[in-house]
Order: sequence, then C-alpha cells, then structure tokens
Amino acid sequence: MKEIILFIALALFMVAIFLILYRVIVGPSMPDRAMGLDTIGVNLVSAMAIVSIILSTTAFLEAILILGILSFIGTIAFSKYIERGDIIERKRDR
Amino acid sequence: MTILANTLVIFFISVGLLFIVVTVIGLVRLPDLYSRSHAASKSSTLGVMCILLGVFFHFWLNENHFNPGILLGVVFLFITGPVGAHIMSRSSYIAGVKPWSGTVRDDLKEEFKGKLKNKKI
Repeated sequence: MKEIILFIALALFMVAIFLILYRVIVGPSMPDRAMGLDTIGVNLVSAMAIVSIILSTTAFLEAILILGILSFIGTIAFSKYIERGDIIERKRDR
Repeated sequence: MTILANTLVIFFISVGLLFIVVTVIGLVRLPDLYSRSHAASKSSTLGVMCILLGVFFHFWLNENHFNPGILLGVVFLFITGPVGAHIMSRSSYIAGVKPWSGTVRDDLKEEFKGKLKNKKI
C-alpha cells in the first residue's frame, strides 16, 4: 500500500514538473519564469524526500536542506535583478 | 504499531500530494502573475511541509532514526517560501507588470506614484 502511494507520488511529481515547464517556457513576463523555477525547486525537494523513502537510505536528507537554501537564494537574487537592474549595489561616494 | 505509523505516513504524504497538484493547476490556469504567486507560495509551502513531515515520521517510527535536519528543513521552508514570493511579486510590481484586467482596486498605485516618477525605489 505504501509503495503504491510512493510511486504514484513520483509520477505526479513528474507530471507537475512538466506542467510547470510549460509555464516557464510560455510565461509572458520574466518574474513568471523565476516563480516557476522556484516551484520546480520545491517539487524536487519533495521528490528527493520520497526517493529516500523508496531506497530506505538517509543519505539524501541533507540535500533537502541544501536545495531549499539554494532555491531561496536564487529567488532573492532574481528579484533584486528584476527590481533594480543589478544584484550587488555599489557605494554612492565613488 | 507499524500499521499506525504507516497510516500516519500515508496521510501526510497524501495531503502534501494533494496540495502540490493544486499548486500546479493554479500555476497553469490562473490569469495573471499576482494570483499565480498567491497559488504558488501558500499551497506549495504547505504541501512540501506535509511531505517532509511524513518522511520524518517514516524514518522516526519505522526505522528508529530521529533526523533533526529534516525538521530544520520544514522550519526553513515555512519561513522562506512566503518571503520569497512576497519579494518576487513586489519587485515585479515595481518593474511594471500589469495586474489582470478584471482587478477591482489597486492600492499600491497611489502608494508608488510619486516614488516611481522620481526613481526613488
């Protein structure tokens, strides 16, 4: 019963990532694509957790935290670029 | 005991799966960027938190392996998911993405009118 649920979950994640790829490719503006890539990161985190149940190993559980942190940093960097045109600002005195 | 643990794990994973499917349907079908970010931030955060809680209970109850890193992941996703969506939709409003044509009121327009003209933001 549990294995069936886990494989259904993996198949639904695959369909979900393909549907978000539609939004990433078609999406009319730049922040749409960034938001779609952020949601793909969330889906990859959940898929990695479920794969670690199927393989019954705990070696992947640190990668979950690292992928969450990297997705957040990527979203912040993209939004600063969209808002101001550069990511790291200079001092105004020089 | 193991039946109870499996029931708990299946419940959490099914609820998380439901929320993630709802997220994807919202991302494909909603009309403009702000409603899409509404769908993407809340529902996907709750879904991934439920799935990670199910995985945590599986490793704790079935295999006697208490993993605090995954609880830290749950707390981190709970904090950073809505913050990321807020900053992204605020920057896209400043960059000039128009809301949907059926929007009734827009309070940020009055707020940002003078500042956008002088490039203060």
